[in-house]
Amino acid sequence: MAKVLMKGTEAIAEAAIQAGCRYFYGYPITPQNEIPEHMSTRLPQIGGVYLQSESEVASINMLMGGAATGYRVMTTSSSPGISLMAEGMSYLAMGELPCVIVNISRAGPGLGGILPAQGDYFQATRNAGHGDYRILVLAPDTLQEAVDLVQDAFDLSQKYRTPVMLLADGFMGQMMEAVEIQERTIEEPKANAEWALGWRKERGGKRAVIYNLKLAPNDLEQRVGELQKKYEVIRQNEQRCERYRVDDAELVAVAYGTTSRMVRTAVDQLREEGLKVGMLRPISLWPYPVKHFSLPSSVRALLDVEMSSEFQMLEDVKLATECRLPVATCARWGGNAPSVSEIENKCRDLLNSSR
Amino acid sequence: MSETKVFGMTPTWRRDVHTHYCPGCTHGVAHRLVCEAIDELGIRDEAIGIAPVGCAVLIHQYMDLDFIEAAHGRAPAVAYGIKAVRPDKIVFTYQGDGDLASIGMGEIVHAVNRAWPLTVVFINNAIYGMTGGQMAPTTLLGQKATTCLSGRTAEANGYPVRMCELLATLEGPAYIERVALSKPQHILKAKAAIKKAFENQVNNKGFSFIEVLSTCPTNWGLRPVEACQWLEENMIPYYPLGVFKDFE
Ligand SMILES: Cc1ncc(C[n+]2csc(CCOP(=O)(O)OP(=O)(O)O)c2C)c(N)n1
Ligand code: SF4
Repeated sequence: MAKVLMKGTEAIAEAAIQAGCRYFYGYPITPQNEIPEHMSTRLPQIGGVYLQSESEVASINMLMGGAATGYRVMTTSSSPGISLMAEGMSYLAMGELPCVIVNISRAGPGLGGILPAQGDYFQATRNAGHGDYRILVLAPDTLQEAVDLVQDAFDLSQKYRTPVMLLADGFMGQMMEAVEIQERTIEEPKANAEWALGWRKERGGKRAVIYNLKLAPNDLEQRVGELQKKYEVIRQNEQRCERYRVDDAELVAVAYGTTSRMVRTAVDQLREEGLKVGMLRPISLWPYPVKHFSLPSSVRALLDVEMSSEFQMLEDVKLATECRLPVATCARWGGNAPSVSEIENKCRDLLNSSR
Repeated sequence: MSETKVFGMTPTWRRDVHTHYCPGCTHGVAHRLVCEAIDELGIRDEAIGIAPVGCAVLIHQYMDLDFIEAAHGRAPAVAYGIKAVRPDKIVFTYQGDGDLASIGMGEIVHAVNRAWPLTVVFINNAIYGMTGGQMAPTTLLGQKATTCLSGRTAEANGYPVRMCELLATLEGPAYIERVALSKPQHILKAKAAIKKAFENQVNNKGFSFIEVLSTCPTNWGLRPVEACQWLEENMIPYYPLGVFKDFE
């Protein structure tokens, strides 16, 4: 596909289709409505199905049914809707069902507002649902990256048989940028016939059961142990991060998603002033890209920049650096983002005070 | 546990498995009727079952079919998720009254209303079986449960929900019938209804919902035969048997 100017939500929807997603389950919520709208028009044209659920609780459980067939399936929502999907995500993880969940996040808590925020970091990375499980979480900072990552999300979900979340805040959903969407070739669902529902004949008459319950403690311990091993492989292999101008930096800002766009501009402008500032931009939020946090000895401090009053990513920054460096914070919330000048001022202050 | 040998059972029933149901519980009878319907229609390779959360959560251990365990109450949503992708498959849920008429009330109403060809077997035993006998939305007035020790009152808890009557107000469903498992004549009718509910799906004829009045001797505190009598005397008068909707 050639490069075209698209709105984030529509680009994400189209990228999912080009990655082989033909089945979509969704419920309206701002600021992601264009995704179900796009799917409802496009999917029937290409032999797919758009199914409007009665709630996000239903969406995630429909997703579970679809995923269990071995085909590529997706649901999207925004923060309050994702909260309702918590139980389902835990079930999907336990059933090892590949699927993609997109959160075009907005400001909370509660009904909050409809403007962008990054207050769902804990929810995404610490498990919305109950029990010992993990889901991969990917966070783009441009629409090109959003379309690439939503496609990667499908591949990763299939590779590891796990739900994968794309966490993109409302800015990502609502802005327009030029994107080029790749058409991916896929091997499923045939390749999934081994475990998926509806392939009994292909399995030679053997049935498939997708389990969630394991009543005996030894069985459950073993089952969860298998999941844990898988998560360890993901931890080792799927850390993603962009390191931007960190090599000689004295101060490194850490930011993901939309916030990193402001940080990038701030870094460039401060560099012109001769200030040695860089940025680490986690792309995989789980697994957190700890491996990419090895920093040059020139770095004296870190700055965590977020659209979250609780600095939800701060814990991960401290864990990734094992608290070896002081970490300052710069945040706005409620639908506001830290401005470039706010970030610059904070950086200047930090560099002055640490001299 | 005693050794189980099963002779002459319908092929979908898995051999040499010992069910976990309490003595006299009619879940087992309902299971057999589902298996027979599937075998008589020759759809074992096409059928996909969705297990509930409740005593029947282990239904897949007894039926040789593709199965998935759903979260409590969400089986109808899972069924839609599957049917959207595989309209060629015969998809059914098997759910208790806590699962379907309480926590899953939203899912079932919309599932029936959307009216795709699907089959639901709804086991109404007027109690939460698996969790130990708490009041269900279907618990009768005056009936005792562990969360209403002196009996359910309308003042505190409203009236027992009649699912067939409620769902029959919707335009969508093709077939709604209430049957019982308390005596052989009822079981024969239940068998015919369950089979028809699957046959409708085979013929792409819309949504079929079968409510099955079932016993829970353990939590009713009755012997198996007494439980069947109690069902006859108390449940059938409030939950009348019969067809509530039929597209034909
Ligand atoms: C979200 C959630 N809430 C509560 C439970 C606990 N729970 C397990 S089974 C059950 C009741 C099942 O009763 P019913 O559907 O009537 O089926 P029965 O056991 O009587 O066949 C409940 C409440 C659960 N597993 N999940
Ligand atoms: S608790 Fe009740 S419903 Fe459950 S198996 Fe025992 S008798 Fe049957």
